[in-house]
Amino acid sequence: MFPIVESREIAKNVFFQKIRAPRIARKRKAGQFLVLRRGELSERIPLTIVDSDPAAGTVTIIYQVVGKSTAELAAMKVGDELVDVVGPLGLPTHIESFGTVVGIGGGIGTAPLLPIATAIKKAGNELVSIVGARTKDLLILEDEMKAISDRCIVTTDDGSYAKKGFVTTALQEFIDGGLKIGLCIAIGPVPMMRAVAEVTRPHGIKTVVSLNPIMVDATGMCGACRVSVGGKTKFVCVDGPEFDGHLVDFKELTMRNRAYLSQEKEAMDRYEHKDGACMGGKAPAPKAAPTPVTTGGAR
Amino acid sequence: MAEAKPTPTPRPKPFSIPRQPMPEQPPQVRVKNFREVPYGLTPDLAILEASRCIQCKNPACIKGCPVNIKIPEFIDLVRQGKFLEAARKIKEDNALPAVCGRVCPQEEQCEMPCVLGKKHQPVAIGRLERFVADFERVTGNVEIPQVAPPTGKRVAVVGSGPAGLTVAGDLVMLGHDVTMFEALHKAGGVLMYGIPEFRLPKDIVQSEVAYIRNLGAKLECDVVVGKTVTIDELMNEEGFDACFVGTGAGLPYFMNVPGENLIGIYSANEYLTRSNLMKAYLFPDADTPVSRGRHVAVIGGGNVAMDSARTAMRMGAEKVYLIYRRSKKEMPARIEEVHHAEEEGIEFHFLTNPIAYHGNSEAWVTEIECQKMELGEPDASGRRRPVPVKGSEYRLPVDTVIVSIGNGANPLVPATTPGLDTNKWGNILADQETGKTSKKGVFAGGDIVIGAATVILAMGAGRKAAAAMHQYLTNGVW
Repeated sequence: MFPIVESREIAKNVFFQKIRAPRIARKRKAGQFLVLRRGELSERIPLTIVDSDPAAGTVTIIYQVVGKSTAELAAMKVGDELVDVVGPLGLPTHIESFGTVVGIGGGIGTAPLLPIATAIKKAGNELVSIVGARTKDLLILEDEMKAISDRCIVTTDDGSYAKKGFVTTALQEFIDGGLKIGLCIAIGPVPMMRAVAEVTRPHGIKTVVSLNPIMVDATGMCGACRVSVGGKTKFVCVDGPEFDGHLVDFKELTMRNRAYLSQEKEAMDRYEHKDGACMGGKAPAPKAAPTPVTTGGAR
Repeated sequence: MAEAKPTPTPRPKPFSIPRQPMPEQPPQVRVKNFREVPYGLTPDLAILEASRCIQCKNPACIKGCPVNIKIPEFIDLVRQGKFLEAARKIKEDNALPAVCGRVCPQEEQCEMPCVLGKKHQPVAIGRLERFVADFERVTGNVEIPQVAPPTGKRVAVVGSGPAGLTVAGDLVMLGHDVTMFEALHKAGGVLMYGIPEFRLPKDIVQSEVAYIRNLGAKLECDVVVGKTVTIDELMNEEGFDACFVGTGAGLPYFMNVPGENLIGIYSANEYLTRSNLMKAYLFPDADTPVSRGRHVAVIGGGNVAMDSARTAMRMGAEKVYLIYRRSKKEMPARIEEVHHAEEEGIEFHFLTNPIAYHGNSEAWVTEIECQKMELGEPDASGRRRPVPVKGSEYRLPVDTVIVSIGNGANPLVPATTPGLDTNKWGNILADQETGKTSKKGVFAGGDIVIGAATVILAMGAGRKAAAAMHQYLTNGVW
């Protein structure tokens, strides 16, 4: 069993939890993820490992509540135990000397970006980061990103905080300003990653994106997470999660992520109903984010 | 169930009793539930069936069994109504009789050479094996035998499928300290994620796993060897003296035809993992969903294809097409499975191959485009090679497709274990008799070595490897 040793809400519907999982804490490298299950009939949820502490034997996850499974996870308290945590899965980020690296995190995507950006910076690269969110309430890890970045721009789509606009606007400004970019890493909602790839493509800037499709076993056994990269089918769980953003078929990924929308809604409706009606006026679980995000979409 | 009275069955006149049929759920009932199809023999039927065995002096059935169960001996005990003794007799050679009694292809192993089969029907060895294993379990009489004194040697078993469970059971009996490492959250490998509930109930798999653990083997789930820990770390840092790799054939093949990534197209591994391991048939009580297709196409002709098709039927499909590129004769599936599938209304399209999938604006699959095939000259496998018939393309409306054309070797362990040699398909090279690999102290067996095969062949490989491992652990000679 894997006890939760720390848990808090760090932004609206965004949760930070530390889990005791010594084997994973020991091995994990930046860019890798884990899969967890809350209870016996729970699904397997893939989430990026944001940080690990090998000495304490803990791993950190940050996720947004987007459906029943993440709502249940968020409702778990310190001392509660997950039945399963497995990892570290996926390939670690390829880290080398790139010169200047632009790291872009959109919404909950800043959580998986943080460990990668940290490793990139540690390897001696100049780190320019762009951290964006739809609105101020959804902005996460601003201080953490600022602490490791040589320069950090914060954007909100609605202008409720910092610079108004999309992360791509800020990126375009850096490019127009003559910044020589060795590598761009973009992690966030699929439309954002696609938009970033389109901004960098004409300039030939190598762009890496981290994908979060639907997964089941996440060890290469099932192919649920298959995605087309440069016309070839790849399994994100074992061949990724990072790929060349200029080669990923984002349209297919978007469609495939919608495969279980109706079941996800059914499960969430049932969960909320049960919580309100059958548990006698206990505080309701955090509401799902309005945008439909599928399994794995929680990051 | 009480122990039946030892019925003094007289030796029958040879061949006077017909092979006893297996009572089972009628097709129209069972397609609406996930309960096991055959009910199992009753004690009376078992005794009657056992009395058909003529106790050959030189029993060919034993040679047909990959783990050489003492078949005539256990059958004679059944004949005498000594069901528990019979179960223990089997367990001298096979730690998983309730599983094997259900999923072994007996018709091509122990039952094929049965003398009775020459003019009549062979003794139903598999059904008797299943009967005594169930009898022992259901009556709460599973006995934990005394294991040998501790040897002080530690063994890591990677993968807790049929091969791994066999190795663990054998070596723990010999006094070794055994730990099984399982990547998924439940032990059993393909017995848990692959074979459906209606063919192999999961509580039976778990009681067989519990038996191995009660013998003293340890189990660590959620450990992906190659990721969580490597073979070298197990051997050098965690103090294991030997290692058995039984990671199976877990890499699903696709056909790489246009449209194969449309929504609703699954590998059989995914479809079956969702419904078996994750219990998607219980959705929304279980969290994991799976497509409940109305028109389902299953591609392939093996046992996994049959399992997928029959699962789809139970998930409420109106039509399930089984599309296979050769003819019925070449199908690798067991006759019994094909028969069950036919009874349940699966529509077989032989000599047919998918060439493309078409979808709607939401990227859901809506049609499968097929091409008729004809059989040409025999290929490397000895089966006649299917050749496309020009102009024979046609489409079938489908909303779910399950691609069941086989699995490759799981690459994780070979890729992370320096010095562990593989062939060009990624299968680990291991000695057939001993399971020894190119790396000292590391043995391998089952599907990771021979490619996707059967439960009992993996167990047979596990049995041989365990013997060789015991020798290596005892004398240290590689």
